[in-house]
Amino acid sequence: MTTATKTPASPAAKAPALRLGAASFRLRRRPLLVVAVSLVVLAALLVVDIMIGDFPLTAAQVVDTLLGGGTRRDQFVVMELRMPRALTGLLVGGALGLSGAIFQAIVRNPLASPDILGVTWGAGAGAVSVITFAGSLGVVTGSAASIGVPLAGLAGGLFAGLLVYALAWRQGIEGFRMVLVGIGITAVAGNFTHYLLTVGDVQDAGRAMVWITGSLNGRGWEHVVPVALALAVLVPVALIGGHVLGALQFDDQTSRGLGIRVNVARSFLIVVAIVLASVATAAAGPIAFVALASPQIALRLSGTAQPPLFGSVVIGGALVMLSDLVARTIYRTELPVGVVTAVLGAPYLMFLLIRSRREARV
Amino acid sequence: MGRRSLGLLFLLVVLVAVCLASIAIGSKEIPLSGVWHGLFTPTGAEDDVVIRELRIPRTVLGIAVGIALGVGGALMQGHTRNPLADPGILGVTHGAALAVVLSIFLLGVNSLVGYIWFAFAGAMIASVLVFLLGSAGRGGPSPVTLALAGAAVSALMNGLVSAIVLLDQQSLDAFRFWQVGAIAGRDLTVLTQVAPFLFAGLVIAAFNAPGLNAMSLGEDVAKSLGVDTGKTRTLGILAITLLVGGAVAACGPIGFLGLVVPHVARAFTGPDYRWILPYSALLGAILILFADIVGRVVARPSEVEVGVMLALIGAPFFIFLVRRKKLVKI
Repeated sequence: MTTATKTPASPAAKAPALRLGAASFRLRRRPLLVVAVSLVVLAALLVVDIMIGDFPLTAAQVVDTLLGGGTRRDQFVVMELRMPRALTGLLVGGALGLSGAIFQAIVRNPLASPDILGVTWGAGAGAVSVITFAGSLGVVTGSAASIGVPLAGLAGGLFAGLLVYALAWRQGIEGFRMVLVGIGITAVAGNFTHYLLTVGDVQDAGRAMVWITGSLNGRGWEHVVPVALALAVLVPVALIGGHVLGALQFDDQTSRGLGIRVNVARSFLIVVAIVLASVATAAAGPIAFVALASPQIALRLSGTAQPPLFGSVVIGGALVMLSDLVARTIYRTELPVGVVTAVLGAPYLMFLLIRSRREARV
Repeated sequence: MGRRSLGLLFLLVVLVAVCLASIAIGSKEIPLSGVWHGLFTPTGAEDDVVIRELRIPRTVLGIAVGIALGVGGALMQGHTRNPLADPGILGVTHGAALAVVLSIFLLGVNSLVGYIWFAFAGAMIASVLVFLLGSAGRGGPSPVTLALAGAAVSALMNGLVSAIVLLDQQSLDAFRFWQVGAIAGRDLTVLTQVAPFLFAGLVIAAFNAPGLNAMSLGEDVAKSLGVDTGKTRTLGILAITLLVGGAVAACGPIGFLGLVVPHVARAFTGPDYRWILPYSALLGAILILFADIVGRVVARPSEVEVGVMLALIGAPFFIFLVRRKKLVKI
């Protein structure tokens, strides 16, 4: 635990401290402000997202309906169609953002994300296997599509992530080796997925392409619940476990000297990040760029030394929800959300890169 | 002769052997006497045509692209000091892809040779864009800003490519053949068009190695050693763009090779870029030819694309190496 009583000369001493029994946290103003502002923005975005669509609603109607009022048509549109979809986007984005923040902090590399550490393409290989083989066998139809594909994605992501972790273990876990093993596993899983795309028939390949791009199309409450449960458990766990991330940014000996059990702490956080990314990918497919960009955007907004965990959750959620709003309204047909996340997120990250006045760090 | 020179000689011998194998082995079985006949006394028989028109161009193209991607990858990891930086991270690959898709979508271009200049131009533009973005913040281009700017530009272009391809079925149909990335099915005119750029890239890369060595000690140390870091970085990125842009223009995107080969080279040479670059060049050529040969024989009479084989053969070997060797960090 960090102590709040620093020497008066330290600039950190200006920050007020929060004490809970033996534990104490420093409260920095700017990150807190960013969180507060973005929560408000997030709520506003949620309302706007629900307002817009084939049946336009006013903000008052949306709020009224959410509080239990509204006509039956409004109830149906809001509670059955738009709300679950918006919430899935929000939660999936949050989970991806948090997972990316943890990976980037542990590996100390801004390019590290679940995409590179095996999870994304592992999930892709699992889900596309089911789409291709179940499709060509003609055995499984409705239930396989709605339950089998996400389950296979979850299993594939967890398996690939844990495989990378296990193969990288060599008397302890270390970021650099994990990254290299992740490159290898990602290459195998990615190419296997591309191979599957050429094996199946065209319609299956098309469905698989949409899944690989990441889509929120037709997501209902059954997609919201698992991600919400995972987040409800893992976000607090990550926030509590994440207090060691600041110490882990030094080399191993320094971290040990600060009293951190390096391998235990890393392993714990890595497993949390793998589970978060797998659950999110299972629900909406591997949505590109969110896990990589959200922590970097949050870091630049809050001015901290490392990706702020909660900030990354909020930015990730906002990015995916906003992208889905664009994806489903910009063109006659609905685009997969994964197409838009990069197109929206990349220019913003570039803007922050250009504007940043200090030397960039991870 | 030092250990590293011997290793280089050994790799050269292996490369020659793989070249011969690449000419002799294929989905059509040709006896060795037939191969000899085709090489030195061709009469225009079917086997001679296969050897001279298909296998030799494919082998030469494989060598050129393998060298380019190996060296480009090593430079890339050196300049971004990031083990995750594949040669495409400067936006080169995705820039080329976007240009090709646009040429299909807007101009109706429809042949592999027709894509070359679009791909090359796209690669150049993307690379310049990333470099400008990465240098825009205070302190000029740093490894982190370059890597992040590259990732952002790549993601943006990739998003645009997916959007076009998902909305326009015809573009998807033409684009997916380019996107596979292969050294097969291309004749030598492809190579002669990009060869000057690859050659220029290699020359610049060779002069870039000493400066890169100094810069891997950190920017400040390099400056105090008298290295002009800005010039070294700019030249390095020029070399990467020429090499990788040329390779992508000729063969489409071939992933994994440029990412992995420098790590393998580094495991044998240590951190000296004057050795890493030639090792990467030879290893790149050997690996791509080997993967291509295996791809020809595993699924006779059809073939498996070289990109797929590269990952399936290369990745297990790479993971094995990463687990066993004491890692040389960047």
